[in-house]
Amino acid sequence: MTDIPMGSVVPAAAHPRRDIGLKARYAAERRFRIYGVLAISVGLAFLAIMLVTIVSKGYTAFWQTTVTLPISFDEKVIDPSNKRATDSSVLIKANYPKLADNALIAKLGIDPANKPMVMKLKGFLSEGARVQLRDIVAADPSVIGTTRNVDILAAANLDSAFKGQIDLGVDEARRKVSDQQIAWMNKLKAEGLMAEHFNTGLFSYGASSRPETSGMGVAIIGSFYMMVIVLLLALPIGVAASIYLEEFAKKNRLTDLIEVNINNLAAVPSIVFGLLGLAVFINFLGMPRSAAFVGGLVLTLMTLPTIIIATRAALAAVPPSIRSAALGLGASKMQMVFQHILPLAAPGILTGTIIGLARALGETAPLLLIGMVAFVADYPKTPFDPATALPVQIYMWANEAERAFVERMSGAIIILLVFLMAMNITAIVLRRRFERRW
Amino acid sequence: MNIMTEQSLENAVGDKMSAKSNEVIKMRGDKVGVFYGEKQALFDVNLDVRQNQVTALIGPSGCGKSTFLRCLNRMNDTIDSARVTGRITLDDEDIYDKNIDVVELRARVGMVFQKPNPFPKSIYENVAYGPRIHGLAKGKADMDQIVESSLKKAAIWNEVKDRLQEPGTGLSGGQQQRLCIARAIAVSPEVILMDEPCSALDPIATARVEELIDELRQNYTIVIVTHSMQQAARVSQRTAMFHLGYLVEEGATDKMFTTPDDKRTQDYITGRFG
Amino acid sequence: MSSLLVLAIVIAIGVVAFLLGRQRAAAHDNGTVKPHSRAHYHGWWAFLLAVLPALLLLAVWNVGSSFYLDRHIHAVLPERTADSKVASEALDVSLVKSLSKGLRKLDGNTVLPASFAELQPLLAAKGVALATDTQDYMIPIAIEANKVQDRLGLFGAAVILALSIAGAFYALRQIAPRARARNNVERLMLWGLLAASTIAILTTVGIVLSMLFQTIQFFESVSPMSFFFGTVWDPRFAAAGSGGNQGQFGLIPLLAGTLYIAAVALLVAVPVGLMSAVYMAEYATPKVRSVVKPALELLAGIPTIVYGIFAVVTLGPFLRDLSAALTGGSPFIQGQSIFTAGLVMGVMLIPVVSSLSDDIITAVPRAMRDGSLGLGATRSETIKRVILPAALPGIVGAILLTASRAIGETMIVVLAAGVAANLTINPFEAMTTITVKIVNQLTGDLEFNSPQTLVAFALGLTLFALTLVMNIVALYIVRKYREQYE
Repeated sequence: MTDIPMGSVVPAAAHPRRDIGLKARYAAERRFRIYGVLAISVGLAFLAIMLVTIVSKGYTAFWQTTVTLPISFDEKVIDPSNKRATDSSVLIKANYPKLADNALIAKLGIDPANKPMVMKLKGFLSEGARVQLRDIVAADPSVIGTTRNVDILAAANLDSAFKGQIDLGVDEARRKVSDQQIAWMNKLKAEGLMAEHFNTGLFSYGASSRPETSGMGVAIIGSFYMMVIVLLLALPIGVAASIYLEEFAKKNRLTDLIEVNINNLAAVPSIVFGLLGLAVFINFLGMPRSAAFVGGLVLTLMTLPTIIIATRAALAAVPPSIRSAALGLGASKMQMVFQHILPLAAPGILTGTIIGLARALGETAPLLLIGMVAFVADYPKTPFDPATALPVQIYMWANEAERAFVERMSGAIIILLVFLMAMNITAIVLRRRFERRW
Repeated sequence: MNIMTEQSLENAVGDKMSAKSNEVIKMRGDKVGVFYGEKQALFDVNLDVRQNQVTALIGPSGCGKSTFLRCLNRMNDTIDSARVTGRITLDDEDIYDKNIDVVELRARVGMVFQKPNPFPKSIYENVAYGPRIHGLAKGKADMDQIVESSLKKAAIWNEVKDRLQEPGTGLSGGQQQRLCIARAIAVSPEVILMDEPCSALDPIATARVEELIDELRQNYTIVIVTHSMQQAARVSQRTAMFHLGYLVEEGATDKMFTTPDDKRTQDYITGRFG
Repeated sequence: MSSLLVLAIVIAIGVVAFLLGRQRAAAHDNGTVKPHSRAHYHGWWAFLLAVLPALLLLAVWNVGSSFYLDRHIHAVLPERTADSKVASEALDVSLVKSLSKGLRKLDGNTVLPASFAELQPLLAAKGVALATDTQDYMIPIAIEANKVQDRLGLFGAAVILALSIAGAFYALRQIAPRARARNNVERLMLWGLLAASTIAILTTVGIVLSMLFQTIQFFESVSPMSFFFGTVWDPRFAAAGSGGNQGQFGLIPLLAGTLYIAAVALLVAVPVGLMSAVYMAEYATPKVRSVVKPALELLAGIPTIVYGIFAVVTLGPFLRDLSAALTGGSPFIQGQSIFTAGLVMGVMLIPVVSSLSDDIITAVPRAMRDGSLGLGATRSETIKRVILPAALPGIVGAILLTASRAIGETMIVVLAAGVAANLTINPFEAMTTITVKIVNQLTGDLEFNSPQTLVAFALGLTLFALTLVMNIVALYIVRKYREQYE
């Protein structure tokens, strides 16, 4: 090889350029990128539209219109024949709505003898006034004969009108609120007697055929019971199964079968789990219909694969060096797993569990089949009592025609989504915080 | 752009006339530095790559030789955090200039990687891939011609000519690497960069590839990264020694391996570290 | 004795056994012999031996005695005759059982009337509601049944408690310095872990068996041919027990609707999801990725009922009005339609497709990308000609998994697709699906053993079989694909 002095080195001549179709290729590149941006925008735009429509339809559900009326607990109305000392049913059966109507008539200055006018008051106050006033009297019978101010719920239509959701331009006959009622409403509003309050009833009432007295109380309790059951069953079973498969199982037919089963169960339609629950838990084992316990069992079976898959990934991520270290010190394999591997895998397991629970919380279809589409007005005292669940409650309201139910439904969706988002964000944060690179 | 090309053409022709020999600088690195995020991986490297010669980049692992190689066809662009400073020219044109198109650059400066990476396609399609995306073939016959000549130049034609439609991933490691070289040649690049092309191969396959490199020198300019000094000595005309991100010494291969100037080069070639 | 009480006593025995065992083992550790296991392992072993066999027996006993009781009631019930007031023998038994359950709520010294008419108010006062077709002759049978149940319970409790105590004694006697208590405990734990992992198999078996039984029962009254190949779905909602015309149960219209809607959904989800995944994996800057990825995960976390409601409350009416405005008269898109349901389902599946394909695209080795880019290919050329072809098997698997999700999706179609079992090719009309009909047939007050409800299980089994095949094929493809690059 030759040793050439530096002076004789020259820069290269420019190489002749080839046409490699750059212009068209870059156009294609740009198009491709635009498709990508479009694809993502479609997804995000849909998300945005969906959230905006739901929130705009639902945020008003968190306020409810009430009318503050001086109710005189008139003995003549409640107990005209004065038998309440002997017959306790008198106080239950009394005509409480009349008390509210009387107070309203007095307040609006209507002549009680003017029957057509009084008739127009129909549907101004909620039927819930009956229960509301009955409960006051039942709690303290001495209130009879006195007068006190009570916030009475306005009927759903008046509530809508108060919130400005009813188009007053429509012909009076074709809307549900008459001009007279609107006039009264404005009068009461001007006097400060009719106002919107935070809607605690949305969170506490059970099922009702009237929108203003229906709420998610039963559904929240039912969902809570189910989440507790899922957590108590799915987490230990899921972790135990994962430990076996990841740390102890030898590669054989049985473990292969289990593996295929778990992966498949993760993809089985949720409604199939509902059929399983109906056939096995309710018909074969005779468990009660509509009960949160059965719902919890069904959701547990549904959530198990999710938890197992996440747990196995978390266990597999713990490096072999930790295992050797523990075994090298004379720990048994069981001690190694429970004292070393499991604590290190805990954040991953937790994340998977939260995601699984969030999925279970939003699940509807299997619960429909085990009878949780039920009209349940009373709080379930145990998980074995009839209950509903948040998404099922939403489904039931979706099947109601009235406008006010749509409002409640959208409000319920907001609450469900807030729960779910809180869970998902917790999972994402946990994953970020504890993500460990070995 | 046009003016510049003409000018440099003029310069080059003028210089060529005055030069006594035909040693031409194909690529030149001028104060090249590379950062990965905050960390600097390469410092002020000045290095010339001469046309139709094999330039070997040697040095202990992590010394920056692969980093420098990847700058020469801007493969570092594919790493988000990487940033290149200084100036690298190809035919006296700055390849990091914004007028330079990276796609065109890579068509001119091809690359062969450490691990053979044939696409999961047939042998034929692997070789035809480059010409096809660049629109270099006029028709089917032309493409056949390009594929055949590339495979021949890569000295693998006889082994694969009867199974061109079989997947490239089915070949042995050495064959795969020669297929990747054929794939690079098919684009007719001016420079071929090779990043430890034999590190994943057995000695016999390595010998074939080294022979091939020597033959390819007739038509192409080659830069090869290797951690084997013997390989550098066997295949290269010029050698550059990198250490800790600095270019330590550069010169004709014979001289480097017999009378290196730098103590670190001495240590390295005598096997004190590596 | 109630099972709960027995359970509590057994656990109490276990706790005592644990304490005794630990104490005895600690006492053995006098420094002469190095004990094999630490004291608490001996305690746990005693606890497990005291509790586990007893609990197992308790479970078996409960199931067994309820079977026995059933048989007993069957045996003592009067022969059924043509003029029996109760529709079926099974109903007979269940009435007696709920009657006997109700009787337990009454005080022990209540004088029981002989006629149900008099008994009912007594029970109602205790909050027990009974079916009105409970017959007088059932009352003595119910009383007798309760007595039998009490006897069985008492005897069972005695046996179970004896077993528990025996277990505890056996374990305590075993305690010695070199006894391998830890190994025993750990072996049992291992069995526990194995048992937990077989729940997956049990669930599958449960699903298949439960649906199979009901389906076979269904096929006793409706022939499989007319189910699988029937083109008319018209399951007259027959009143309980009335025979006669049961209507037609043709699967074809439901299957067609299911597949049609799934196809529309995939048409939306696959291109959009795949392109999103490609963009996220190959183009997006880390900053964009850190915003968009959680947003897409959020989209995936929204329950399907919310999508369904969006479809039926907002999108359906919007499309209907839009189509009416376009033609200037009658809408050509119905409020509930294949198109609306498919579109919304497609959006729901976008994150599913994109996260599955994201995994698959990133599994393509970097060397492939470098090889192509190093030859001067543009990014999109690299993606289209190298990465996507290399990822194709994995993507096919992902699409299959997504398709199985689409077929099994329930809430969106229940709300947005409609209930009419049409056979149509117009995507703007309503069609119904298998899942919708499962929900329809099983919600509402229906007699359980009629073909009208049993058909839901036949539909469920069909759905399960369909998705099972798709899942297994998909999982197999994806697994093989991953192995290729590992």
